[in-house]
Amino acid sequence: MALDKPYRDIPGTTIFDADESRKGYWLNQFCMSLMKAGNRARFKAGERAYLDEWPITEAQKQAVLARDLNRCIALGGNIYFLAKIGATDGRSFQQMAGSMTGMTEDEYRKMMVGGGRPIEGNRYRHEWEKK
Amino acid sequence: MARVTASAYTSHVPAIGAALDHGRTHEPYWQKVFGGYEFSKDWLQANRPDVVFLVYNDHANAFSLEIIPTFAIGTAAEFAIADEGWGPRPVPKVIGHPELAAHIAQSVIQEDFDLTIVNRMDVDHGLTVPLSLLCGQPQAWPFRVIPFAVNVVQYPVPSGRRCFQLGQAIRRAVESYDEPLRVQVWGTGGMSHQLQGPRAGLINREWDNRFLDRLIADPAGLAQLPHIEYVREAGSEGIELVMWLIARGAMGDVAGGPAPRVAHRFYHVPASNTAVGHLILENAN
Repeated sequence: MALDKPYRDIPGTTIFDADESRKGYWLNQFCMSLMKAGNRARFKAGERAYLDEWPITEAQKQAVLARDLNRCIALGGNIYFLAKIGATDGRSFQQMAGSMTGMTEDEYRKMMVGGGRPIEGNRYRHEWEKK
Repeated sequence: MARVTASAYTSHVPAIGAALDHGRTHEPYWQKVFGGYEFSKDWLQANRPDVVFLVYNDHANAFSLEIIPTFAIGTAAEFAIADEGWGPRPVPKVIGHPELAAHIAQSVIQEDFDLTIVNRMDVDHGLTVPLSLLCGQPQAWPFRVIPFAVNVVQYPVPSGRRCFQLGQAIRRAVESYDEPLRVQVWGTGGMSHQLQGPRAGLINREWDNRFLDRLIADPAGLAQLPHIEYVREAGSEGIELVMWLIARGAMGDVAGGPAPRVAHRFYHVPASNTAVGHLILENAN
């Protein structure tokens, strides 16, 4: 029997389950390596060469190089692991989260100060498809 | 005998730690957050525990994808501060209580809760931000801490029901420890937030406040909520709130005692991407 995934119908959201984790295993483990200052320095000195040391797919490497976090997540990345890339770049969690929404940094910050993204209209995929 | 004197609940947003560490607490944006903890710092001075059993989640720092324990109890004498990628937070190391931790592990494992025992574990913002919020910036933390890490990063994560039952077992374990220690149980994480994808930034103020109401008055009912309700209504990272049910399960009323006293309640949006919730419940003596 397949895993039950009732969360599939939440819009704009990827739940990091065992299937995602398997897909993104090495992408996420690469991110973990950036917890060491020496590895951060080596990555910054040559991103492509550092990525080539890892058994991750070309698509995953391109997503990392482009800092396309939505794409990284679609390819099995998890935000807490991907945050190590942001930390290496000196970006805050708010900058990283905002970068996935299609909003500018300033628009996103203002939305948060104004109370955040409302729940109304954001519970189910079909609510987004109507838009 | 040891006893659980109180429980505290708080969000553990990393940006709160950064604001403290970089001396930005007086900015108006952060005053609205830290103002909600002024009472709590005084309260903690007046109600100082010997040990805090601190329930939190690791954010891909101590645990990578190599090993994913559902419930991990820290039994070491001390715990170093993790380098999460920004360098370690400049806060004191965490001093554990190996004897009480081992006693709790033995008691609850024999009650069928299969904990992972961890003797080496760097602790991240999930654990240190709550300490900073309630203790300020001391040279050393004023009590010992037993870190208790819950997997809420990779699914499947434990159910609210299991967390609530585990909290009850932890209270029984504490109360069977011979030394007369005052123990607090803290539940951390939440409240509504989503850090990923096009829905990032989700906040659900009504849901959060209903969660606080029910945590106080109807924890057994609240413990029945399925995961899907947390993630749909409170965001993908809102699932962290199951950890609050461990601390709530450790309160005396769940075992037939009187209702706890609500010493403090605070709610504010936002801290970075997150709704900040905070609650202190005292057990009747």
